Amino acid sequence: MILILEQILNGLQLGVMLFLMAAGLTLVFGIMNLVNLAHGALYMVGAYLATYFFQATGSFVLGVALALAGTLLVGIVTELVALRTLYERDHLDQVLATFGLILIFNELVAMLWGRAAIYSSLPAYLQGHVEIAGSFRYPLYRLLIIFVGLAVAAGLWYVVVRTRLGMLIRAGASNRTMVAALGINIRLLYTMVFGFGAALAGLAGIMAGPIYAVQPGMGELVLIQVFVVIVIGGIGSIRGALVGAVIVGVVDTLGRAFLKPFLATVITPTAAENAGPALASMLIYLLMAVVLALRPEGLFPSRG
Amino acid sequence: MRNPIQKALAAALTASLFAAGPALAQQKVKIGFITTLSGPQGVIGNDMRNSVELALDHLGRKMGGLPVEVIYGDDQVKPDVGKQVADEMLKKHQVNFVSGVIWSNVMLAVAPTVTGAGTLMVGTNAGPNQLAGKDCNERYFTTSWQNDQTPEAMGKYMQDAGLNDVYVMAPNYAAGKDMVNGFKRYFKGRIVDEVYTRLGQTDYQAELSQLRAKNPKAVFVFYPGGMGISFLRQYSEAGLRGQFPLYSVYTVDELSIPAVKHAALGQLETRYWSPDLKNPANQKFVGDYQKKHGGRLPSFYGAQSYDGIMLIDSAVRAVKGNLADQKGMIAAMRKADFASTRGKFSYNVNHHPIQNFYLLKAVAGPAGKDPVMEIQKAVFTGHKDSFYKECPMKW
Repeated sequence: MILILEQILNGLQLGVMLFLMAAGLTLVFGIMNLVNLAHGALYMVGAYLATYFFQATGSFVLGVALALAGTLLVGIVTELVALRTLYERDHLDQVLATFGLILIFNELVAMLWGRAAIYSSLPAYLQGHVEIAGSFRYPLYRLLIIFVGLAVAAGLWYVVVRTRLGMLIRAGASNRTMVAALGINIRLLYTMVFGFGAALAGLAGIMAGPIYAVQPGMGELVLIQVFVVIVIGGIGSIRGALVGAVIVGVVDTLGRAFLKPFLATVITPTAAENAGPALASMLIYLLMAVVLALRPEGLFPSRG
Repeated sequence: MRNPIQKALAAALTASLFAAGPALAQQKVKIGFITTLSGPQGVIGNDMRNSVELALDHLGRKMGGLPVEVIYGDDQVKPDVGKQVADEMLKKHQVNFVSGVIWSNVMLAVAPTVTGAGTLMVGTNAGPNQLAGKDCNERYFTTSWQNDQTPEAMGKYMQDAGLNDVYVMAPNYAAGKDMVNGFKRYFKGRIVDEVYTRLGQTDYQAELSQLRAKNPKAVFVFYPGGMGISFLRQYSEAGLRGQFPLYSVYTVDELSIPAVKHAALGQLETRYWSPDLKNPANQKFVGDYQKKHGGRLPSFYGAQSYDGIMLIDSAVRAVKGNLADQKGMIAAMRKADFASTRGKFSYNVNHHPIQNFYLLKAVAGPAGKDPVMEIQKAVFTGHKDSFYKECPMKW
């Protein structure tokens, strides 16, 4: 029982990480109609900057703050230099151009920090465990990730639902011609949204840095799952991104943990040994297929 | 050209040009070195290339009196790209040897292409069982190992240590299964569970929670490259390092230690080579590598690539630079007559090394430096791979 609880917590933690990535990607896709494959590159930039600034300043908090500002800046510059020209273009052109950006970012990072994974660690006060109940203990840093992720979700909800900026974002997602016709500077709005999305991806990267391998190309490893999240959640919807991310996180985690023992009770153990891991890694894609078949728009489609 | 003398001169000139063509081409040893130079795995290829260049430095860039040219190719971890690069080296560059190749699936595409074209191949990493067994070839040599050998050594060590209730983890792909099979060939104790994770997975928290719940006595893993870095960090962070001793193959090496530092401390690995292996060739290789690359240690990928170039050199020297004498070169390579970084070894009938395997431990390095791998003891001496009996080759 405790194990199931612990795995659900693990799933939630994976889910909020995916959410931070998915939120930016779905906003950019929904509002600017831009397929941004380079979103994973911004995640990598966040991880590298946080590691670098943490080591340079000796303070984890300062490192995180500088890295967030840095990814925001990188995102804005990327939008101004490369992506502006792509909004009116075909999706295929966008895919090609942003794939090119992935290569450029990966090579830039390799030039600056080398191809080998770099050392990153947690400050001592974030290591260790929290005793939740009896023998149930959970790593402190993982709890922090869940907390930060949920706080960001709440903050995003507030910005999108309760502020003027959020109103413009929602309006832009529904009908951008109309928004532009009402005299809103849509270009500035786009730059802000993209920078904001980049900072969120950067935040995911910053939190991933101390526990994953910080190396060129690390962003592409998570990007596919993030696309699954936004397809399930509904493109352009923050709420969909959150629900989709938590569903994907929990389903993936529980599948990895319990599918094989569960199958072993239904089919022979040897067959379960082979089918379990294969099926567990397919599970989120099967889920996506089911969602696409029943609700092609995703669970929470943004009205448009 | 009315003048007969002019005509004769022209004919002579043309003839000499044609004759000179092949002769000129023969005055150079051309080696095509295929590895991975781009993407996250480019770090391995980089170490191999550095070691090849160091070997050439040590040889004065000459083999058997002939100048050497190495052409590097990037396989991008893709079998089809590797084959394409090999074809280009064979047809366009007309290389005398093809060497390198990190990945077993790439090797299975490249080796038949090279040997089928009548060219010699010296593998310097991948050791798929097919090429050691039924598909062995007289034109194919390797300076590394057969894949199963390293986990066999760990299985033997853990068996001899009387360990039981072992939890086994590996990525879910061909080499992952091979490693576990090799391990189980020598480890006969109880295995609590065998867990295969997605290739390229970054988060292992779910698996680590399951592991803790099973309460094993020991853990055996195979997590190469970035997967290993993520796994080691999370294993440490979850506080499992003190709880369940971790044994691994190809997970902790000189490329990953700088990224994980203390999270690797105490880690046990088996391997045929280590930077602290005491022999003159290895000390020269490691020392000069560190001098050339700012104190960084080479990895085993580098050591066996260095050996690959030295093996080729021994062949070219034996035939005195007559590269047309392929039989002579094969006979020379079978003797493994060169100063290997692993010390003296011999070739089995399938052209795979018969060599020692050691138990290595990651121990604290000199003050302020990263942990280093240190040899604890030999697990196997003169270990043969498990497939050579299927190889029909006769010497």
